[in-house]
Amino acid sequence: MSKFKKKKSGEVPAVNTASLPDIVFMLLFFFMVATVMRENTLKIENILPVANQIEKLDKKNPISYIYAGKPSKNYEKFGTEARIQLNDNFAEVSDIVAFINSERVALREELIPFLTVALKVDKDANMGIVSDIKQELRKANALKINYTTGKGDAAQNMQ
Amino acid sequence: MAKRSAPEVNAGSMADIAFLLLIFFLVTTTIEKDSGINRKLPPIQPPDQEPVILKQKNIFTVLINGKDQLLVEDELMELKDLRKAAIEFLDNGGDGSCTYCKGKKNPSSSDNPDKAIISLKNERETSYAAYISVQNELVGAYNDLRNRRALEIGPQKGFSGMNFVEMQNNHKDVRFTGNKTKLKEVIDQIKIEIPLKLSEVQ
Repeated sequence: MSKFKKKKSGEVPAVNTASLPDIVFMLLFFFMVATVMRENTLKIENILPVANQIEKLDKKNPISYIYAGKPSKNYEKFGTEARIQLNDNFAEVSDIVAFINSERVALREELIPFLTVALKVDKDANMGIVSDIKQELRKANALKINYTTGKGDAAQNMQ
Repeated sequence: MAKRSAPEVNAGSMADIAFLLLIFFLVTTTIEKDSGINRKLPPIQPPDQEPVILKQKNIFTVLINGKDQLLVEDELMELKDLRKAAIEFLDNGGDGSCTYCKGKKNPSSSDNPDKAIISLKNERETSYAAYISVQNELVGAYNDLRNRRALEIGPQKGFSGMNFVEMQNNHKDVRFTGNKTKLKEVIDQIKIEIPLKLSEVQ
């Protein structure tokens, strides 16, 4: 009698969960490959404008980032005017020269003239603050700049 | 006694570990926007240097006021017409010294693309979005002229069918198989013939 196993009473076999981690690992690998560790936490609103005459930032050359825009929801106590953010903190226009010099100290000699400054400015910011930033960059002799934008039709910016 | 086969490892907790790692990456990384318009700022002039004398016809003035309105050569203009007007100014070849210009040779417009300067002025209340749109159109005008020139001189050097933007991308591309030194020469020649003289006065 026990040579033949008793037939199962019609239960549906449980779902094999061995492939669940595989699905999740695929998503994980996508994120590991397509993203960058975030360098700075943005304390300002930063919706970039769009343009179509753009070039990709050459990652081989050193890049410094300057963010500008009005402070985001949690930081409203700093006001509603556009502010500059350097490396996680709010900064004033006068801090830019010191920031550029400290970025240069961290670089190798031959790379210093290739330092590009990426200006990531919110599209609603006024040109007043951008002109001040550019003037300070000229004083610090950091002449290669890049206006970071998304890719798209520039005419949409004006709406 | 028969050895009991080892019980199978329960695979449900592997998914938990994977979810934890995934949430970590979702929170700490961003998909950065890393493209933009490359520009070079002019160096600060020492105060004793005299300003260079320029002929008025070689300067193309573009003003953006606080309400984001465009004033080109003292006339109101829409954004969509800006690129065409800039190309017409740059390509003019007023005194005939430019062999590759196809413009109208209007004596009151620029003489030669390497003498032609586009001067951009904005006010403190101008929005950054409008400024970027104008920069985009002006850089686009230069790129259109350079593309046209690249298609003309490319075939002589062995790079036919490539416009200027494609030449620059190929030069930076590691997988490009052509002669990069010759490509650089062509790119430099085009940059000398049609220099990007976009001055932003305060």
